[in-house]
Order: sequence, then C-alpha cells, then structure tokens
Amino acid sequence: MKILVCISNVPDTTSKINFTEGDTKFDTNGVQFVINPNDEFGLTRAMWFKEKQGAAVHVATVGGANVEPTMRKALAIGADEAIRINAKPVDGFFVAQQLAEVIKTGGYDLVIGGRESIDYNGGMVPGMIATFLDMNFVNTCISLDVDGNTATAIREIDGGKETLSTSLPLVIGGQKGLVEESDLRIPNMRGIMQARQKKLSVIEPITATKATQDVSFDKPEPKGSIKLVDTVDELVNLLHNEAKAI
Amino acid sequence: MSVLVYTESENGNFKKSAFEVASYATEVAKQLGTTATAVSFNSNENESLGDYGISKVLHISNDSLKTFNANAYALAVVQAAKQEGATTIIVSSSADTKYMAPLLAAALEAGYVPNVVAAPESTSPFTVKRTAFSNKGFAHTQIHTDHKVIGVSNNSFGIHENKTEVSIEDLLISLKDGSFGTKSVEIDKVIGKATIADAEIVVSAGRGLKGPENWGIIEELADVLGAATACSKPVSDLGWRPHGEHVGQTGKPVASNLYIAIGISGAIQHLAGVSSSKIKVVINTDPEAPFFKAADYGIVGDAFEVVPALIEKLKEFKAQNA
Ligand SMILES: Cc1cc2nc3c(=O)[nH]c(=O)nc-3n(C[C@H](O)[C@H](O)[C@H](O)COP(=O)(O)OP(=O)(O)OC[C@H]3O[C@@H](n4cnc5c(N)ncnc54)[C@H](O)[C@@H]3O)c2cc1C
Ligand SMILES: Nc1ncnc2c1ncn2[C@@H]1O[C@H](COP(=O)(O)O)[C@@H](O)[C@H]1O
Repeated sequence: MKILVCISNVPDTTSKINFTEGDTKFDTNGVQFVINPNDEFGLTRAMWFKEKQGAAVHVATVGGANVEPTMRKALAIGADEAIRINAKPVDGFFVAQQLAEVIKTGGYDLVIGGRESIDYNGGMVPGMIATFLDMNFVNTCISLDVDGNTATAIREIDGGKETLSTSLPLVIGGQKGLVEESDLRIPNMRGIMQARQKKLSVIEPITATKATQDVSFDKPEPKGSIKLVDTVDELVNLLHNEAKAI
Repeated sequence: MSVLVYTESENGNFKKSAFEVASYATEVAKQLGTTATAVSFNSNENESLGDYGISKVLHISNDSLKTFNANAYALAVVQAAKQEGATTIIVSSSADTKYMAPLLAAALEAGYVPNVVAAPESTSPFTVKRTAFSNKGFAHTQIHTDHKVIGVSNNSFGIHENKTEVSIEDLLISLKDGSFGTKSVEIDKVIGKATIADAEIVVSAGRGLKGPENWGIIEELADVLGAATACSKPVSDLGWRPHGEHVGQTGKPVASNLYIAIGISGAIQHLAGVSSSKIKVVINTDPEAPFFKAADYGIVGDAFEVVPALIEKLKEFKAQNA
C-alpha cells in the first residue's frame, strides 16, 4: 500500500493570534509552527499501517521553505519520504489541486489528510482532492481499517458515529480517534538523525485556480467583565431575566 | 440565477439549521436582486420554507437517499444547481454538510468558504466574514470564482421570518451505483437528546469533576435544561467521556446560546472552541481559573455543592414557569 499523508504547517495551539500589515496578514512573530494536530493523528495511523501491514508512507505539504522543519519532524516520526510543493498555501481549492497532481503522478492508494487545519479551518482540502481524482472519501474519520482493497471507516456524526464500508483508492479527513493522544510519537534522537538522510523533494506548483482570498482579519471583541454571584438563586435569576438564556 | 440553499432534514423534518440557512439565502438573494430556491431531500414539510423567504423548493424524493451519503447528495445538489442556473449555494455547518460541501465545491469549481458568521459584506467582489484560527479570529474572505459555496456557522445569522409564497417542484436526479462511493453499515446515535452541534444550551465539565462516576450531576443538569453534554479534552483522553463530547480547538466548536463550564480551567485551546457561544457561565473552586476572564457569569464554588443546588433551583424555576 502506498500512503500519502497531507500535512499542513500551523501555529501551535497555545499561540496568541495577532495580525499585522494593517490587519491583512497573520503575525508569525514569536509563533511556533507544528504539524496540524489532525494530521499528526493521521501520520501515526499511517505508521501503524506501515508496521503492521506494510506500506510506504510519504508526506506532502504545500508551502514555502519555512515549512521544512515541520516536514523533517514528520520524517523523524517515521515517514519514508517528503514532498514539498513550493507555493504559498493561500486557498484550499488551490492546495487541493496541487496535492491532487502529486497523488495522481505518485499513484497513492490511500491519502490521509486532516478534518481541518487549525489555522484557516477550511475543512475542504481532502474532500476536494477526492472529487478531483474520483477517489472515495470519508470525513471526520475516527477509525480506519484496510484489508486488501476494501476499507472500513468510522466517522463522527452529530450526536454519534457511523460505520462505512468503502474501497481504495480512498481519501480521509482524519482526527483524534484514528489513534489516541497517548499513541502520538515524539521523535527520538535516532529518528531525527535518520530524517536528515531521508529524501525531501521540492517540486514547483502547477497552474491552478485560486478561488478565495482572505483580504483582512480581525479579532473578537474583548469580553466585558464577569458578574460573580454567590448563590444559585441569583444565577438562575440573571440567566432568566438579564441574559434571557433560560 | 437564483440563490440555491441546501436544507437538511432528518426523518422528513427539517433541522433547525435549515431555517437559518434558508433565512441566509433569502438575504443573499435580496442583495443580488434575485430569489432563493431550496433543495430538500425526502422532506415532509417543504411548505414551511416559505416562512423564511424561499419562493421555490426543488424536492428530491428518493429512497436510496434516505440515509445521508456525501457523494450522492453532492451530485444531487450539483444537478439542482444546474437546473436552476444557480451559482451561489448556501449550506449549513453540520457534520454531514461539512462532509458534502467540499465535494460539491470541487464538482462546481466553486470557491468554498465555511464558518461564515454574517450576511455578505459585499457581493462584488463577493466578500464574507468567517471565523478563522479556531475561533480566535475572523477573516474577511473574497470569492473569485463564478460558483460559490457558503457554509453558514450554526446560530450565527439567526432565523428570520419572511412569509413568501412558495412553489414545490419534484426534482428527479440520476444516480448510479458508483455515485455513492461509501456504504453506511451502521449508525450509532443518541436519539432524542440535544447534540453539541445544534443545542441551545451545552453543559460541559472538566477534570475538576474528579472521575467518570461523578457525571450523574452533569447529566441531570443537562436533562433539566434540555442541554447537550460536553467535556474538556483531558476528560475524553482519559476515557471518562466519549470523544465526540470533547470541545475546543482540537475538538468540536460550540455556538450555543448558553455554555455552562463546570470544573474546567479555561485553557486557551478550550476557550477557542467556545468563543462563539453567547452566554458563558463558570463554576470553579479556583477564583484564579482563567475561564473567569472569558465568561459572563460565575460562581466560585465546589461543583459537588453548586451543581446539585442549581438542579434543585432550576426544577423549581421550571415548575413556576411551566
Ligand atoms: C495541542 C493541544 C490541543 C489541545 N486542545 C484542547 C481542546 O480542544 N479542548 C480542551 O478542552 N483542551 C485542549 N487542550 C488541553 C488544554 O491545554 C488543557 O489542558 C485542558 O483544557 C484542561 O482541562 P480541564 O480544564 O478539564 O482540566 P484542568 O486544567 O485540570 O482544570 C480543572 C479545573 O477544575 C477546577 N476544580 C477542581 N475541583 C473542582 C471542584 N470540586 N469544583 C469545581 N471546580 C473544580 C480547578 O480549579 C481547575 O480550574 C489541548 C492541549 C494541547 C497541547
Ligand atoms: N498547505 C497544505 N499542504 C498539505 N496539506 C494540506 C495543506 N493545507 C491543508 N492540507 C490538508 O488538508 C487538511 C484540511 O485542511 P483545510 O482544508 O485547510 O482545513 C489538513 O488537515 C491537511 O491534511
């Protein structure tokens, strides 16, 4: 089985979000970038496929040279090879077209992406890839088993879960549940050393449509100050009469 | 050239979000100087969409679509859009819709913007405001393509009545076996209980509850309020509660009217996920807990005393206001 894990490079979850250049750009000053958490669960699941069933695991990112540390981390965790498509990931539609090209030429059977990237929250790249390449697709995937060409996936739905049967070639939008938090791997020294020797190819983007563009940003209004109350009677009264929430 | 809206139903009844996206579509149609058409699947209440400004419903009645299938639904909505000549398509933010929308957008070569929180700021260039950075910020996003798919955040635009004469047409769609791609084997879902996605009120608890055996008071409080239950990430990582209940930046977003956080410290990743909730209440023993800075009302106190008292008070309140 040949697996591609699509990785987006995102600000660490503890990052303070600020904007710069007249609120037109995300301020990366002092921000630590990491593998998108949803993709990290997918990468670990891919490692299990490799170890238990045999698979080649490649990772791909659309991004500038600044994303290479994140890709090296994926290699240190155990991916065999990395591909960087040298373009700014400005729009999900554009990113999906770039990745689809890599998947088509690389002949991957299984593409593991995340449910969403935690920076721009598009939630669209894996599904678009599936449509462009006529592959099957499961979103918000919390469990995946592959046996030959058939696959059984569980996806999270509002209020529960649904089990689906499908077949390869398959794209998933994964999340926690594919593996658990405690299964995630921290690169060890040996992995980091090996990662330096692994292949990281850089390819140029194809011509593709940029469908959307973020023209400016802003932050939520700061909250007014909290009302502290001493009794539940007061709380119920305020929730009913002031907040009109009950 | 109408605006098309996908109105989601379950067992023949529209979800509440269907009326919100219908209201949104009506507003977009007004801005574009056209009318709003809905597409529905196996719904028994198509007329009700007229209450929210929809003037035409394309109704797909098809037994093979009784259970949601993202691929087949996307194909059907594409056919509805083609028939209507619609280029702007409005959808909700439910789990099913977020599964379908990228497929729909790719098939139509449409720019797709999810998590939109307000009516378009401009229709030329088409610009919408959406949440980004997991609710820590907003982006103003332009769509450049002819076709556009707009995903409206739950509980953001609201439901707006606008009585309109509505016509209902059956839409026949052509689907092949290959249109499905995945087959539903089993659905395991709580019936008759509010879900985090559509609940008006969410009662959420964290590690302050000490252990899964103590969730009885949380469920009882949720019951009294008709609320959904939720939790912080460590609680689901520890297996005290199911994963589906974990809210926050790496879990589910919550956009309820009321969010009650019990024994949750208020870490930045947790707060990101609940920032779209309107009213937030915190119950925590530690007056220094960061959640107190992000909430509207708070009680500094022990959950094991405050929550049972709150349940009693709410029962009394309900009896009086029944
Ligand atoms: C990459 C990453 C992603 C993350 N994503 C998320 C996410 O999406 N969602 C999320 O929730 N977290 C997330 N976290 C974890 C987050 O950083 C916090 O660790 C977590 O939210 C803390 O959970 P908690 O508030 O339940 O527990 P704690 O921080 O342990 O807080 C427990 C609280 O309960 C209070 N308490 C104790 N006893 C009582 C009592 N008897 N009555 C009332 N109050 C009491 C305490 O004062 C304390 O404030 C993430 C972390 C990382 C690193
Ligand atoms: N720039 C990128 N490079 C590679 N994969 C990406 C990129 N952006 C998004 N993805 C993948 O698509 C998933 C969903 O991202 P998004 O649609 O941006 O929310 C991510 O979890 C990644 O798996």
